Amino acid sequence: MSLQEIYQLARPLWTVWIFLVFLGIVAWAFWPKNKAKLEEHGSIPLNDD
Amino acid sequence: MFSHKIFETNTLVLIVGIVVSVAIGGLVEIIPLFTIENTIEKVEGMRPYSPLELAGRGIYVREGCYNCHSQMIRPFRDEVERYGHYSLAAESQYDHPFQWASKRTGPDLARVGGKYSNDWHVKHMINPRNVVSKSIMPTYAHMTRPLAVASTIAGEMKTLKVVGVPYTDEQIANAVADLEAQAKGGDAAKAVEARYPKAKIGDFDGKPDEITEMDAMVAYLQMLGTLVDIKSVKPELVNR
Amino acid sequence: MTQATYMDAAPYQDDLVKKFVLAATFWGIVGFLVGVVIASQLAFPALNLGLEWTSFGRLRPVHTSAVIFAFGGNVLFATTFFVVQRTCKVGLYGGAALGGFVFYAFQALIVVAATTYVLGITQGKEYAEPEWFGDLFLTVIWVVYLITFVGTLYKRREPHIYVANWFFLAMIVTIALLHLGNNLAIPTGFFGGSWLKSYNIYAGVQDAMTQWWYGHNAVGFFLTAGFLGIMYYFVPKRAERPVYSYRLSIVHFWALIFLYIWAGPHHLHYTALPDWAQTLGMAFSVMLWMPSWGGMINGLMTLSGAWEKLRTDPVIRFLVTSIGFYGMSTFEGPAMSIKAVNSLSHYTDWTVGHVHSGALGWVAFVSFGALYYLVPVLWKRERLYSMRLVSYHFWIATIGIVLYITAMWVSGIMQGLMWRAYDDLGFLQYSFIETVAAMHPYYVIRAMGGVLFLVGALIMAYNFIQTILGNMRDEVPYEATGYVLARG
Repeated sequence: MSLQEIYQLARPLWTVWIFLVFLGIVAWAFWPKNKAKLEEHGSIPLNDD
Repeated sequence: MFSHKIFETNTLVLIVGIVVSVAIGGLVEIIPLFTIENTIEKVEGMRPYSPLELAGRGIYVREGCYNCHSQMIRPFRDEVERYGHYSLAAESQYDHPFQWASKRTGPDLARVGGKYSNDWHVKHMINPRNVVSKSIMPTYAHMTRPLAVASTIAGEMKTLKVVGVPYTDEQIANAVADLEAQAKGGDAAKAVEARYPKAKIGDFDGKPDEITEMDAMVAYLQMLGTLVDIKSVKPELVNR
Repeated sequence: MTQATYMDAAPYQDDLVKKFVLAATFWGIVGFLVGVVIASQLAFPALNLGLEWTSFGRLRPVHTSAVIFAFGGNVLFATTFFVVQRTCKVGLYGGAALGGFVFYAFQALIVVAATTYVLGITQGKEYAEPEWFGDLFLTVIWVVYLITFVGTLYKRREPHIYVANWFFLAMIVTIALLHLGNNLAIPTGFFGGSWLKSYNIYAGVQDAMTQWWYGHNAVGFFLTAGFLGIMYYFVPKRAERPVYSYRLSIVHFWALIFLYIWAGPHHLHYTALPDWAQTLGMAFSVMLWMPSWGGMINGLMTLSGAWEKLRTDPVIRFLVTSIGFYGMSTFEGPAMSIKAVNSLSHYTDWTVGHVHSGALGWVAFVSFGALYYLVPVLWKRERLYSMRLVSYHFWIATIGIVLYITAMWVSGIMQGLMWRAYDDLGFLQYSFIETVAAMHPYYVIRAMGGVLFLVGALIMAYNFIQTILGNMRDEVPYEATGYVLARG
């Protein structure tokens, strides 16, 4: 298999894989159960001094 | 189950995540340009720059000409009529670095070679408003000074050979002689023409006694876009 | 870690941040001034002075490097060091020694780079002009910077890494990759040439792709991700409320850094770069619109419920307006990366205007906001010398930006149309020089816009000096205005 063939094969797979990871991050971030915990981090800059 | 928490609390994992995310795009776009064989078309006539042209190109880069002049004609009707055949990847294959540029405050120079006389170029460089009254280009009168590259030009060609420009040992060995001969003409220039086909020979700046930066600059400009035999280009092999 | 014991007792390295704040102010003014000079040269070529060192071609890299790397870089050093210490609740790793090295070495590099450009010593790659020795020097500085930043993250006392630091870390790591990847070069000195010159290893089409992978992501990671980190700390801080949606910021981060890196080829539309790469660049550039606006919404909505601060706090006005300009230029950018639009806009002033709506409106305004916040905090003053002067700065600079970008829209679109105009007989209607002459009035207006922006920065510097000296201008506070009126 030449480098070019590997590349042709890998390009769409990478895109699909990264897209799935990204969807995972979105789902996790907006999972209702995680809301309170995550939004709490938003206050870090406000209690730092 | 994938947990994002690891990114938020583990610095190293966050770094790895960043590197992976940003590496993919660059690799997918850049690597194939080196491996896919048709990135650069097969054309007749492209050759490395002669020592005098190379010195001129060095001045072109030194003065930052690329800040205002492109060397990349796009395949549009108006550009082809204004500047000539659209630029080919092959034509900049020995350009370290490329000088396609991104702004046309002045006109494109990819095929400026042969469009104006040597005399016009010299007058234009000394004061552009001598020949183009509305020009906003700076003056380059300092280019009338002697060209001081005799001691370094062979070294530059050797470096370029290392990064992939196919200079022959003969070309490198004769670098200084070729540089002088191209700017002075005469019998010695025959060897330059043999080593660098289509090189423009002669005293470019009207000062036959000395080789100036102007000689190098004009030799470079007069060569631009003239090397490739456009008629030999097969459109089906061009990538766009 | 022996250092940890020492560091735990030590306070935040705020003296270091102070130095970067002063350097950012100074280089900002230098960079804006050189910008005004080169803008004026395009309107009046006699201002090139007939000297080789002061011609446009040599000064333009001085301007771009001064504003992007000297001003922007010092702002990023100041804010990253300030923010990472506070959000990690721990002093800077490496303390004054490593931080001080970064400071002095970076200022020295700026001087070296500017001097070499003026002397004509350059790599000839846009936004990466420093020769090989400057590149190596920056690499050392950047590695030390990475060590201080990551070291501080490692010894933090806050379990979570705040999102601003993610953006900062992405900026530092990616800039390192871009810098190394784009600047691989061989000095000609090794082979008998000059030690002041090098040839980079790429040529032609590969060099073009590598250069714009670098160039576009210098925008994406230095001028966007880095300054988004500033937004995510200083907007909540100044507005005294947490970011609108922390969850959105997580999605914003990953989407932005993944998509941005692909967008480089839109600088090479219709060139000899293969079509597949151009198409890829265009597609990702258009997609990039979404995370960009996600970030904009997140920044703007942080103000929800506190919009009256726009009226009472000119510093918030800078921050919020910067987010507005960010939204505008991240809409314009994807539009310009569409090939049909790009065929008109490329090579024209439209691009220059687009860059400046991002650079002046977004990067500089968010920086001004952060600097105005930092000066009284760092020098422990009750408030700035004058809030009125902040307001004057805001309006003068805003009018300057509007003049600048509208002049460039008009001149860019006009020149693009003139280049492709045909007369009734089917000939090109305009010679090139006619299109240059037509630009003159817009180049004058653009230079005037630049002057206003510079004047604004000088007002800011005056305000800083007075604040640091401990003076406070006697003026009616903005908060009181509505109150006094209401009471009659």
